[in-house]
Amino acid sequence: MTIEFKPSPSLPPPQNSVGAVAWIRKNFFSSPLNIFLTIFSFYIIYLLFPPMIEWALINATWSGESKAACTAGGACWAFIGVYFKQFMYGLYPAEETWRVNLALIMLIVLVAMYAIKAINKGLLTAVILLVYPVVAFILFSGGMFGLEPVETTNWGGLFLTTLLGVVGIVASLPLGVLLALGRRSDMPIVKSVCVVFIETIRAVPLITVLFMASVMIPLFLPDGLNFNKLLRVLIGITLFSAAYMAEVIRGGLQAIPKGQYEAADAMGLTYWQSMILVILPQALKLVIPGIVNTFIGLFKDTTLVYIVGMFDLLGRIQAANHDANWLGTTTEGYAFAGLVYWAICFGMSRYSMAVERKLDTGHKRN
Amino acid sequence: MTDRNMALAQLEPGEEAIIQFTDVNKWYGEFHVLKNINFSVKKGERIVVCGPSGSGKSTMTRCINRLEEHQKGQILVDGIEMNDNLKNIEAIRKDVGMVFQHFNLFPHLTILENLTLAPIWVRKTPKKEAEAMAMHYLERVKIANQALKYPGQLSGGQQQRVAIARGLCMKPRIMLFDEPTSALDPEMIKEVLDVMIQLADEGMTMVCVTHEMGFAKTVADRVVFMDAGEIVEANTPHEFFENPQHDRTQLFLSQILNH
Repeated sequence: MTIEFKPSPSLPPPQNSVGAVAWIRKNFFSSPLNIFLTIFSFYIIYLLFPPMIEWALINATWSGESKAACTAGGACWAFIGVYFKQFMYGLYPAEETWRVNLALIMLIVLVAMYAIKAINKGLLTAVILLVYPVVAFILFSGGMFGLEPVETTNWGGLFLTTLLGVVGIVASLPLGVLLALGRRSDMPIVKSVCVVFIETIRAVPLITVLFMASVMIPLFLPDGLNFNKLLRVLIGITLFSAAYMAEVIRGGLQAIPKGQYEAADAMGLTYWQSMILVILPQALKLVIPGIVNTFIGLFKDTTLVYIVGMFDLLGRIQAANHDANWLGTTTEGYAFAGLVYWAICFGMSRYSMAVERKLDTGHKRN
Repeated sequence: MTDRNMALAQLEPGEEAIIQFTDVNKWYGEFHVLKNINFSVKKGERIVVCGPSGSGKSTMTRCINRLEEHQKGQILVDGIEMNDNLKNIEAIRKDVGMVFQHFNLFPHLTILENLTLAPIWVRKTPKKEAEAMAMHYLERVKIANQALKYPGQLSGGQQQRVAIARGLCMKPRIMLFDEPTSALDPEMIKEVLDVMIQLADEGMTMVCVTHEMGFAKTVADRVVFMDAGEIVEANTPHEFFENPQHDRTQLFLSQILNH
């Protein structure tokens, strides 16, 4: 007869080391200082949150035709509702805004396709960088294929913000890489050009660059050679953030051990091969936090185009605040702008963290 | 250097050298790191270069594929002069494999990708073919089962064997080893030396900077001893270890052999 081995059941862990009580004790009340900080934090939350929720949700007015409709004493979200289309698209004709939406959806679908294994990533990148911009430009400005032309002066709101941000981000990264490589080059002329460019741009505020782009350049250009203000501003923003990007990337290049350059050289790779195949993939991965930092900074800096008479999201909100029907809704406007910017920037930051994790092949043993 | 040793660092007339140093000098700023190096290696020869640290042995080896530039004298590798001509340098680097002290594998690529990178981009070998060849060499260094891992997941000895396989994938005519076992834990040195001995047995031309005197005794055709930027002595391993000619050589050998 075989005797089956039956272990007696394990004793439960000590009462105060598991469960909600233990968790709270460990995380909130582990030392006198922590007890104090916990109580202090809850007091601050108690002071701030109930009034905020009361203002933003409980006493808020969600619909109405003017400020007069907001009588509950809370936030007047009706203002955002009435102006929502303008905040999103600026003065883009209401019946044409589907074009903006379509372009955005196309971009999201294209980027999402990176997740599909079977797709050739090089081809997809080529489509996004070369084909998509042309399609998007045709959709936005019209005048072709029976699309109603829309002047760039009417582009505005979050659409303009996104356009400036995306173009700035996509164009400044490769330019930044070239500037960083140039600054580390052995060729004296290339090196000096890059150093002078980077240091000059970093020494002036973005407002100056935008002002130059929108006001000064047309003065210097001969008649008839003038080109679109939006394009000039886009170039200004791109050059500006490329200078910052270059320094971030240079930091990454310097962090790559000399042995990696030597191994690539010893194999007979050319300069560009060793940069593209060996050095940059490692360097860029190292400085993803810095790159995203620059991206987020650039995205928020686009609000400065207000100075040169372009109405992005914040510009549109400020303009709407002057509407006599809605006087006194400044707080709601800025709260809304803050929420939108926060959502987008937080999204970028989370996305970059995911990319970092995905690209981590472990310099150390894991 | 005595005349006899000078003769040993050189070749007999009529023998064809695959590597030829003639009066090579190099300075790091003021520091004269290589002094009048005359040295040649013929095809299929296994050379071990040894000497105290700072003697210029690594620098001399790295001049062969121009990871270091010399300022004076002439270096011919496979009949091609090493100078500022990028075409020459790239041509030589295709044919000269190098193994480094710190492996220098590319951490962002898998082992297999590390091996196929240069064949695909420099030799323009089709990907499938390059992968088959890479697996063949990984098989030879007994590490084929790690092909899809990343370098960071391998031990030092395994990484160095991968580095040797990576060099071999370019089907080089010369292999340079720059202290290949110096960064390894003692128990991993043997697995790397075994691969190098196997390579030597197959007739590969090798220039190897190392402190592994056992390896020098069994494998080398000639041992070159450097000190203070000069070749002090060059001799067959037997003569070199049994009958060192120069005081400095004797001192060096007494320091590394008796402890």
